[in-house]
Amino acid sequence: MAEFTLPKNSVVAKGKIYKAPEGTKNIRRFEVYRWDPDTGENPRIDTYELDADLCGTKILDAIIHIKNEVDSTLTFRRSCREGVCGSCAMNINGKNSLACTKAISEYSGTIKIYPLPHLDVVKDLVPDMSHFYDQYAEIKPWLTSNSTPPATERLQSKEDRDKLDGLYDCVLCACCSTSCPSYWWNSDKYLGPAVLLQAYRWLVDSRDENTDERLAQLDDAFKLYRCHTIMNCTDTCPKGLNPAKAIAETKKLLATRKD
Amino acid sequence: MIDKLAIFGSSAAKSATKHWLMQRVTAVILIPLTFRLIVFLNLCINAPYQQTVDWLKSPLNTVCIEAWLIVTCYHAALGLQVVIEDYVANQELQALLIKIVNMGFLFLAVMALFFIFRLM
Repeated sequence: MAEFTLPKNSVVAKGKIYKAPEGTKNIRRFEVYRWDPDTGENPRIDTYELDADLCGTKILDAIIHIKNEVDSTLTFRRSCREGVCGSCAMNINGKNSLACTKAISEYSGTIKIYPLPHLDVVKDLVPDMSHFYDQYAEIKPWLTSNSTPPATERLQSKEDRDKLDGLYDCVLCACCSTSCPSYWWNSDKYLGPAVLLQAYRWLVDSRDENTDERLAQLDDAFKLYRCHTIMNCTDTCPKGLNPAKAIAETKKLLATRKD
Repeated sequence: MIDKLAIFGSSAAKSATKHWLMQRVTAVILIPLTFRLIVFLNLCINAPYQQTVDWLKSPLNTVCIEAWLIVTCYHAALGLQVVIEDYVANQELQALLIKIVNMGFLFLAVMALFFIFRLM
């Protein structure tokens, strides 16, 4: 629920500065959020000056370079390094994105890196995604059917399959949900754009047989209707998807639904 | 199979879509009615009292201004309810504020209609 000031133990302090070695020509400066629950200290911003010629081209390359060469205590998630797994979602210069798909050259000056906003922090750049995953499970993100399973696969026309494009591609990185002010205020009850995009993905799947039940689940002032069409979700999605449109389509389905 | 009991557990269920739909419908209705209101406000500021009352007594104008009052109060109550739900965490306080807002706008609408009818 909404809190407008940071509690005392969350106020961010200035941290250490790791200077680039003398003679470095192509210096890039990174300010990175650091917090270690084991120390009991407040979070801090550490500053790292890197030789851009020595690390790769992406933000994730720079973070890996910091961990490998400068400060091994820096903690972050990463896996596929090509925008498929969604692990390295973080806030880069004020906008949520995947560190592995953003080039260092896209940013000028100091690059500020924070964990995804409005999630509890486990350590440094690692947010606690448990509640997000619980909400995802709540919409039953799998095919549900009441009929006897067919002997072969459940077939779908090309047109019906096309309806899933732009929906099934979501990697559940949570960039959209954690950029949504409504989700910041009411994430305990509002499902958020990522989960609602997935809910719509199953609503329009021609093979699913529980559309009415799925719609009834979403017909709630908080689960769905906290979306106020702010559009941060669509603006920030690193995969170029449109959760706001999926939410609008869900509202249309509900408005035209017969009881 | 999705658990239907869990679905209907929330008191906010069922009415949520109606609430959202009515917000949009009233917003659309207000667009043409507001043009009529602008004419009325212009008369209030620039025309003599009797001319303004005569304008208001015309059946079409009466219906338009009364409709504007009713729809505006309803639209405002619906909108403020959403704002309260967004920002007031305490459930009891939230329910109380929503009741106050609804009663307030109902009172406003009734009083406004009453005074317009008195002019007739």
